[in-house]
Amino acid sequence: MDLVIESLPKLLNATKLTIELTLISLVFGVFVGAFFAVLRTSKNKIFYYISYYYSYIFRGTPLLVQIFIIYFGLAQVEWIRDSFLWIILKEPYSCAILAFTLNTGAYTSEIFRSAFETINKGILEAATGLGLNKYYLFFKIKLPIAIKQSLPAYGNEMVLMLKGTSLASTVTLLDLTGVAKHIISTTFRPIEVFIVAGSIYLLMAFIIHNFIKFLERKYDYESK
Amino acid sequence: MGLLAYGDTGWGDELFFATLMTIAVALVAILIGFLLATIFASFKLSKNKILNLIGAFYTTVFRGVPELLVIYLFFFGGSGAVMYVAKIFGYSGYIEVNAFLTGAISIGIISGAYSTEVFRGAIQSIQRGQFEASEVLGLEKKIYYIKVIIPQMLRLALPNISNVWQITLKDTSLISVTGLVEIMRQSYIAAGSTRDPLFFYSFAAVLYLLLTFLSMKLFNRLEKKFSKGF
Repeated sequence: MDLVIESLPKLLNATKLTIELTLISLVFGVFVGAFFAVLRTSKNKIFYYISYYYSYIFRGTPLLVQIFIIYFGLAQVEWIRDSFLWIILKEPYSCAILAFTLNTGAYTSEIFRSAFETINKGILEAATGLGLNKYYLFFKIKLPIAIKQSLPAYGNEMVLMLKGTSLASTVTLLDLTGVAKHIISTTFRPIEVFIVAGSIYLLMAFIIHNFIKFLERKYDYESK
Repeated sequence: MGLLAYGDTGWGDELFFATLMTIAVALVAILIGFLLATIFASFKLSKNKILNLIGAFYTTVFRGVPELLVIYLFFFGGSGAVMYVAKIFGYSGYIEVNAFLTGAISIGIISGAYSTEVFRGAIQSIQRGQFEASEVLGLEKKIYYIKVIIPQMLRLALPNISNVWQITLKDTSLISVTGLVEIMRQSYIAAGSTRDPLFFYSFAAVLYLLLTFLSMKLFNRLEKKFSKGF
């Protein structure tokens, strides 16, 4: 019990970094995801394949490999070290965010794509029949429906990203998992630390879950 | 390409065996997961409230806590438990438990949490009439599960089992933190000794892509096979 009380402030302090990494990556990831989802609908074969392989590669390999390639791998290339990219790639913090963003972006693009693809054709025909212009059709009809349809899957992705940020500890960052590991390896009391750190993660996952539930109700037009 | 030579001069053979190790850990882990999923899915479907709660606790915890944290729990906790027992017998040195077992068990427990949901969903989606009809036909419980329920369940569960397999396969990369020489750990060693991390981590990515690609092909064939008659 002493260890729980002693480690709690340290773990809570580290939670700040975990939340920060999760939120920043998710926000960037939504834009990256939306961008590649649009590319995927393009009639241009090159754009289509860029988006296809981007999502295929980032979903088919472990996040750990992606972080290691970005943090350890790219640092080895001379022209990158001489370029402006080095500002991002020399810090483990920005490397982690870059890796998380690209990873969640790949999953998000698939979620958006399938949400747009499954919009009922009749609704779109009705909207065009009513003479709504393209702008109106996209922002007032397509987008709200797509958002509603992608919410449950996106909620899962948010929790996956929250868990994914634990890999920041492998590139020397002291996030919640990083600090938890440090405490475990100095005290050899894994169970207590696991319970405290695990509960913090579960609490955050619970908040995300309820946030998504709230949005689902907000975008639920059918039962209103 | 010299870096990948097979034998003493390159890392080809080491990476080949590391790939086999990744496959072995993933297979053992998913089987442990299936075993746990069978138990916890029946808990979740049971009419007993306490069993429901245990089932819900298991799936919530192991799907909500980062994989890495679970691995640390078992890695440090496992050797702690063994050392505790050793102390009773008078040995007080540091003992490290087998990294393969620690890895397979921790990934297996996580994988099982996902499989539990898959199994539960599959059983629930089988129409009640199927159970009733089998009973009316006078089939023995064991037989109607094997001949009627499970084949239908497999067809419905296969796409999701394929997802769980992909997750499990990718999660095995995290076991590298315990020192088990699978793809990630071997690439780390090779990158360190050749000072060429870009090449070796990219090659690791290619190996994982190959594994996920081949398993997708395999699952597609299985899905076709089990959809026979629909």
